[in-house]
Amino acid sequence: MYTQGLDQKPDTEKQVDGTEQLVRFQARIDADEKIEPKDWMPDGYRKTLIRQISQHAHSEIVGMLPEGNWITRAPTLRRKAILLAKVQDEAGHGLYLYSATETLGVSRDQLTEQLLTGKAKYSSIFNYPTLSWADIGAIGWLVDGAAIMNQIPLCRCSYGPYARAMVRVCKEESFHQRQGFEIMLELSRGSDAQRRMAQDALNRWWWPSLMMFGPSDVDSKHSAQSMAWKIKRFSNDELRQKFVDVTVPQAEFLGLTMPDTDLDWNESRGHYDFGEIDWQEFYEVLKGNGPCNRERLAARQSAHDDGAWVRTAAVAYAQKQKRRCQAA
Amino acid sequence: MKKEDWPLFEIFIRSRSGLSHRHVGSLHAADASMALDHARDLYTRRGEGVSLWAVESRNIAASDPAESSALFEPAEDKIYRHPTFYEVPEGVENL
Ligand SMILES: [Fe+2]
Ligand SMILES: [Fe+2]
Repeated sequence: MYTQGLDQKPDTEKQVDGTEQLVRFQARIDADEKIEPKDWMPDGYRKTLIRQISQHAHSEIVGMLPEGNWITRAPTLRRKAILLAKVQDEAGHGLYLYSATETLGVSRDQLTEQLLTGKAKYSSIFNYPTLSWADIGAIGWLVDGAAIMNQIPLCRCSYGPYARAMVRVCKEESFHQRQGFEIMLELSRGSDAQRRMAQDALNRWWWPSLMMFGPSDVDSKHSAQSMAWKIKRFSNDELRQKFVDVTVPQAEFLGLTMPDTDLDWNESRGHYDFGEIDWQEFYEVLKGNGPCNRERLAARQSAHDDGAWVRTAAVAYAQKQKRRCQAA
Repeated sequence: MKKEDWPLFEIFIRSRSGLSHRHVGSLHAADASMALDHARDLYTRRGEGVSLWAVESRNIAASDPAESSALFEPAEDKIYRHPTFYEVPEGVENL
């Protein structure tokens, strides 16, 4: 997973208009050529990518926490093995993406620091708690589902290392969504209590999942530059609509009700109409005031601190081996 | 000791015997053997390969993309290096 249009300003740098390099750069983009790390690129392109890819990486890493919460309590060994594999995949996604960010000239240490100091953002969705086992189903089905919707167009992003990382990520995501749907399916075919659990999880995760696509296009005036650079291919609202359209029939199949009284098929548009998102909540969570923001960062910080001795020991061991090698 | 001290490695995978190793990405590790361990976990979780190479990134010499037209241009006008340059008369076979 997990990108989110957090909609910070792309750095529209003071472009020296019409400089030959810029024109040539845009021509390469327009011709669908990929840009590679050592190629010339405008500062704004580099900065926009660093921010977007690193936010994406941080989201994968923080995204392990809500699900990790249930690994020890998964209801069967099969579920535990699956959840473990999924969470491990998310760690992998984070690492592919950190590597891609590093090709733009920022170090891993800087990136880690930006996350831990709260300077860098990650997807708002991971600041919600996982209260029941059904939440693990809802996350796989909805959160990974929304992520896939966001990520598939990124496989064609103009920046080579990002696009390549996304191809790998997308290949791995579809199992995430299916295992989540399978959990929901099993609960929805279970006892009354299990069905209630599934419905409750859907009620809590539906709106935050829609928020994953970022602010509505009306308030998202910065995507034009990202579109021109082919970092972004579809607007936030286009992707959100697509997600609603494919997900509503799945909820119907599960016999669950979407927590939105305005949700209705619109024959003339050929799309589902849906209710207004609580943008206030979205911005509050982004600002750090969601239910779990502090807990998530504290967990990252202590993982980082508790792992310090391992990193130190590994370096000491590597140096010792090297000295031995040279002596021999 | 800071994490920065873990150098960057480029990872190459041979997906099955008979094929050459192919670059798949990079990772940080304290040394080469840790790089191979991490590469196993990071890049072959679904049986992507039968052999791994880890090469410290700083040991790779790379050509400069800014120079690429000067570097590769000499090859461009030598179309006689391609078999299609030559006309084979009708009736001549096995050529
Ligand atoms: Fe992921
Ligand atoms: Fe995922």
